[in-house]
Amino acid sequence: MDAATVALIVIPLALLELGLMLYALYDLFQEDRRVRGDSKIMWALIIAFVNGLGPLIYFFVGRDDSRGAATSQLPAASTDSIARILATWPALPATPDAAVSTTGLTKRYGAGVVALDHLDLTVPSGSIFGFLGPNGAGKTTTLRLLTGLATATEGTGSVAGVRIGGTGGELARNIGYLDQDPRFYSWMRGRELLNMVGRLHGLSGEGLRRRVGEVLEIVGLTGAASRRIGGYSGGMRQRLGIGQALINQPRVLFLDEPVSSLDPEGRRDVLQIISGLRGTATVFMSTHILSDVERVCDRVAILNLGHLVVEGPIDELLDRYAQPIYEIEPEPQQPGAIDRLAATLRVQAWAHEVKTTPDTVRVFVDDPKVAGPAILPLVAASGVNVVRYERVRPSLEDVFLRLVAESGPAIAPSVAIPAWGLDGRGRR
Amino acid sequence: MMGLRVLLIKELREQLRTNRLLAVTAVFVIFGIVSPLTDRYMKQLFDAIGSESAGMSFVVPPPSLAGAADQILKNLSQFGIICALLLAMGSVAWEKDRGTAGMILTKPASRAAFLAAKLIAISITLGIATLLGCGFAYAYVTLLYPTTFALGGYVAMTLLLWWMLVGFAAITVLGSSLTRSAIAAAGIGLVALLVLGILAQLPVIGDYMPTSLGTIALNVVLGQSPGFVLGPILFNIALVPVLFGITWLTFRRQEL
Repeated sequence: MDAATVALIVIPLALLELGLMLYALYDLFQEDRRVRGDSKIMWALIIAFVNGLGPLIYFFVGRDDSRGAATSQLPAASTDSIARILATWPALPATPDAAVSTTGLTKRYGAGVVALDHLDLTVPSGSIFGFLGPNGAGKTTTLRLLTGLATATEGTGSVAGVRIGGTGGELARNIGYLDQDPRFYSWMRGRELLNMVGRLHGLSGEGLRRRVGEVLEIVGLTGAASRRIGGYSGGMRQRLGIGQALINQPRVLFLDEPVSSLDPEGRRDVLQIISGLRGTATVFMSTHILSDVERVCDRVAILNLGHLVVEGPIDELLDRYAQPIYEIEPEPQQPGAIDRLAATLRVQAWAHEVKTTPDTVRVFVDDPKVAGPAILPLVAASGVNVVRYERVRPSLEDVFLRLVAESGPAIAPSVAIPAWGLDGRGRR
Repeated sequence: MMGLRVLLIKELREQLRTNRLLAVTAVFVIFGIVSPLTDRYMKQLFDAIGSESAGMSFVVPPPSLAGAADQILKNLSQFGIICALLLAMGSVAWEKDRGTAGMILTKPASRAAFLAAKLIAISITLGIATLLGCGFAYAYVTLLYPTTFALGGYVAMTLLLWWMLVGFAAITVLGSSLTRSAIAAAGIGLVALLVLGILAQLPVIGDYMPTSLGTIALNVVLGQSPGFVLGPILFNIALVPVLFGITWLTFRRQEL
């Protein structure tokens, strides 16, 4: 072979191989430097020795698109800023029609698993609705049925006046949806994702540009809009998830556990956004973080084992179902005082339950008219000095725990709950 | 199909940004260059090292256009099928597993558009790679051999090769829509490849299998009579939309 032939063979192949190899090595070292320490350096060295298919394998298997520049938490938009933007969005029309309604909605899986059993639910338009329940209660199943991602075995429902069932179409135009663990295309940039979702909703040109800008400001991601999503923190992904769900100014926004994986700061930011949506959209939010529900929701439903236990405005539920609680705090430096007090109170007929913490004794009573006058004499007789004695307002958590415990694992729709006078649907 | 344009742009952008287009094209270009070189210099190479060594004798045919065409088709179809499987195996499965399919399909986008965008984008990637791979191969044949292929026949060969790869991609996209695992999807693609390979050996049925397009392409590029081609070509042209239809039917009611 002459020199020209050798050059013809060797040079293009060598350049291609070298180019791909250098790019793969550069990419991996960048990744290591940014995120992982030196875990992939060995991979890079191995790739350096393999043949022309090495880079191909790297691109499909070894490459991790979730890497990116280290991200710092971005501050969420201020409440004023969110309110200012949302004030320019169309307000929800006042309507007596329900934003979400279901009748006998049921979802069964194979092997007799009933994830949701004849759910009858009405969510008024404009409310921020907390959908509560322990893990496995059927909350996510309900959301998936309402958004069309799953198909009901029985029953019907409507969202924003559109019958549920199937994805795409009219239902999709009226709703926004944030998954429990929102994952996006890691190679995309935040703004690109919102542009794509906006275009799917029929936005274009200046309208799209303005809407994406507004949403980025609401969710506090304007400064990170040009970064790859793969480099976003969990909190930023959650906010981007809310952003993509808001891009069409939905009439009903479904949020599945929007704050459960966030740190306190991230929770505060997301709850601030949700709270700001009051009047702009009906928010249907599933969660098991009850303090958050008390902060932002005006109505709640409690679900347990696929059954609706109770539904209504929070204040009404507290008034109706919360047991009066008396809290006693003994003076410190009294060994055994808490246990002595608890033992004295537990044997009283009017004491439904007695709970202790290292500092306090909480007595849940059935009838405050009987218990109120009786507690202090009992405390005095026990010889324990107290620094505080008060009747405290029960929290939603107290109501939730009691109702879920009462509804129990054996609940059936037709079985009454005698202690509470509720039927299987949670109504008196 | 609702949302097809937007989703297709997203898929094409993904092919670019994740370097899949670059990687697949590089593979095709490498084998496009290597194939004519192999045929042209293999005999010289064996002659140089001695065609009889250690008691074994190698019979290497002299370089020819037929040999070059055979090498080009063999290499590009083998590695092309691997690339088609790699491109398509996670296309739907990964999106279902990661939840991005659910995110997209709660928007005004039809499931048919979601699937079509993927298949079209993969087909475009394979098309660009095939075009460049075959283009380099043609250039090298023109440089290395005294004569070269008739351009019309070569273009037809390129198109047939591309469509065969699209067929394998369509099978793998179907597999990907049936599962949440890209590995399982690749497995379905490989099993389909194996079954098609066995069927290709059968009389009559074999003439209609996607791999038969390779035989037709070889005859076309060499200017030989390809024999009965209309049926197999029409069958394979129809195969991709039929596979797409089956994919849509299986995906249409799936819970995400």
